[in-house]
Amino acid sequence: MNTKPLKTQQLNQQLLKQSSQRQTPAAAQTVFNPQLQHAYWRPALGLAGTMLLCCGLLYSVSVTAIGGWIFPGQANGSLLSTADNSFTGSALIAQPFSAAHYFHGRPSSVGTDPMSTGGSNLAPSNPALRERVAATSAELTALYQVAASELPVDLLASSGSGVDPHISPAAAALQLARVATARGIQHSALETLLQQQIEGPQFGLLGEPRVNVLLLNLALDQQFPLSK
Amino acid sequence: MEIMLILTLSLLLAWPLGVYMTGIFSGQAHWSDRLFGPLERGIFKVLGINQQQGMDWKSFGIAFLLSNLLLGVIAFLLLMLQHLLPLNPDGVGPLSWDLALHTAVSFLTNTNQQHYSGQAQLSFLSQSFVIVTLQFVTPAMGLAVCLGVLRGLLGGRNQATAQEGEARDLGNYYQDTVRAVLRLMIPLAAIVALALSSQGVPSTYQPSPTVSVLEQGQSLTEQKIPLGPVAAMVAIKQLGTNGGGWYGPNSANPLENPTPLSNLIETIALVLIPIAVVFMAGGMLRQRGFALMSLGVMGFLSLLCVAAAVYSEQQPNIAFAELAQSSGNMEGKEVRFGTDLSALWATLTTQTSNGSVNAMHDSLNPLAGLVTRSGMLINAIWGGIGCGFVNFIVYVWIAVFIAGLMIGRTPEIFGRKLEKAELSALGVLLVLPSAVILLFTAITLSFPALIGNSNPGLHGISQVFYEYTSAFANNGSGFEGLADNTPWWNITCVIVLLLGRYLPLVIPLYIAGMLAKKRQIPPSAASLPLANVTFGVTLLTVILILNFLSFLPSMVLGPIGEGLAESHIETISQQTSAITTQLQSVTGGAQ
Repeated sequence: MNTKPLKTQQLNQQLLKQSSQRQTPAAAQTVFNPQLQHAYWRPALGLAGTMLLCCGLLYSVSVTAIGGWIFPGQANGSLLSTADNSFTGSALIAQPFSAAHYFHGRPSSVGTDPMSTGGSNLAPSNPALRERVAATSAELTALYQVAASELPVDLLASSGSGVDPHISPAAAALQLARVATARGIQHSALETLLQQQIEGPQFGLLGEPRVNVLLLNLALDQQFPLSK
Repeated sequence: MEIMLILTLSLLLAWPLGVYMTGIFSGQAHWSDRLFGPLERGIFKVLGINQQQGMDWKSFGIAFLLSNLLLGVIAFLLLMLQHLLPLNPDGVGPLSWDLALHTAVSFLTNTNQQHYSGQAQLSFLSQSFVIVTLQFVTPAMGLAVCLGVLRGLLGGRNQATAQEGEARDLGNYYQDTVRAVLRLMIPLAAIVALALSSQGVPSTYQPSPTVSVLEQGQSLTEQKIPLGPVAAMVAIKQLGTNGGGWYGPNSANPLENPTPLSNLIETIALVLIPIAVVFMAGGMLRQRGFALMSLGVMGFLSLLCVAAAVYSEQQPNIAFAELAQSSGNMEGKEVRFGTDLSALWATLTTQTSNGSVNAMHDSLNPLAGLVTRSGMLINAIWGGIGCGFVNFIVYVWIAVFIAGLMIGRTPEIFGRKLEKAELSALGVLLVLPSAVILLFTAITLSFPALIGNSNPGLHGISQVFYEYTSAFANNGSGFEGLADNTPWWNITCVIVLLLGRYLPLVIPLYIAGMLAKKRQIPPSAASLPLANVTFGVTLLTVILILNFLSFLPSMVLGPIGEGLAESHIETISQQTSAITTQLQSVTGGAQ
């Protein structure tokens, strides 16, 4: 048993030498000898080692560094802050809103906590989902005095991440009257602000029209500050 | 509309990529040698092998298994010791042994089923060093085996000189793997990672910042925004048919997939290499017609499934009937993607053995639930990198055999006869998926204490079935409501993962090695042409019939049953809506 791998290695080295001697610049000839097929541990270990270095270290570190260098804002969580730094947040992460003078986001099954994101994972056939939606539906129809059939679905369905920062334009429009009344401002003025905040599909083509709730509320606070 | 754009772009990009892949793996001189040659020669010095040294199917298979074993052991140890290692700014603790084993095996098998919760249980080192490496290397290994099988189909690289029955040269496993990583995966991943960073995917080693919430006075006053070297990982997660994301909800999380553009890039990345492999196979086999036939069969099935899933999600979620506007199913979906892009992703991710998600599959409507499971069970519509096309060739062999029986000829492929030894091996491959998936599903279901599902009734059965299907298909997506971080789930999934990865790769390699040795019969009028519509339709029928026979009963207990039950729920929902109206008048009165 012991002599065999040794022999193989010698043969291997011989072949290596041969092939390097007659190596043409690019297309080296292939060598095939079915007897030379042992001594596998070293290449297997070498593969693991070199790949950990190439992919885990070189690739990860260089790509992360370059990405952070070219796109410093985006690479660090798209953080926002008000001029006086009294508030910070991430443009990509929903925040909870419940006051009447703010627009509200989508239901979250994780309490809008970005550290434990996730969806409800309830199947359409699950009675628990039906119950939850019925409760939200009753709440919203009472709050906005509209028929259930006019409630935009995204205000009742919990998002996949639990921190979906957007709502549909229809969901924002539904809340317009409530927010305007709570702030004591003209509907039309708020309507204009909302229109500015609607993001169309990216490049007019990709994705769905949407409103970022946090950005909308920040703009709201700026244009129509709450008098206290 | 956008769906067509994404699919067309994928196809248009996959074509030149396939040509490039043919170039780097065909053994001819290639322009990329200048770029990567020196680095590769260095690596092969470390490995101590001659990269031109050919291997027969046995050595190829042993090299494949052994390098997997070693990589698996290293990954397991690094995961067990992550709390002692550097790059752990958030102070994450060690994993339990069964969770570490499951995680190591799941990433080693290119599955990326996650029973841990990304950002909370893994350190930066585990994520960006261990997992990223496996995400690069495992698809490369699958591709190497696929290349071995393809070379075997044509009699091996020593076809011209070898005698009948002599061992055949299927190529060098290490050369294929290293080239796939260096020349294919890393450059593509770097481009995708930078594009994703520009859209807002975090790319930093800074610890997570804490922000205050705008509306104070609620239960949540602060948010910690989890960051990290996310973009680098997400890029290879999408490209390498891996699917294991940085965050729990994967690409539904706005930090992992912030904009529709990032979604477009990630969706294309998901199918790009699997489609390119088909073009590459055409080039390697020098069979343009065969490649076109393969493309046609896969593309037809793929489009059919996409259409069904998109239709399914445009229908309302039954739980919302009468309680909201009657529009698409938005439960578990994100507003920026809507239902169409979520359904497209769900279909492609299960076809390609990727398993990343941008919407929660647990909350899909039943028809889409059926589509996602079919994609995983067939596992050859594009399929995982390398292994998908190997599975496809297995279907081709079976179709050739059946067609041969029908026309009364010895079945042959590319001039080589399929005989008893090969057919017995094919038989094992045929029975394996249903045996493994159904057996484990049945055992788990018979011990309710083990299940840990979040949904009652038929969907509860589906959750268990989905988990094992996803493990066997090396897909990795899940019905995430399942409480799957238990010793039972971890260990049984490890077994299913291993069976689902190694047998379906090594057995075809064996068959290819056996076929390669045979005498080649020159093509004649009597040989079965593989590059026409007739054979394509035969193949399609074989794929569908085999899967219907294996899995129709379990589908009836799963999504089909759920779909039928919905008509029943509808009547209940009408009653509930009557109650809601009453409730409404009561609450209205109270105000």
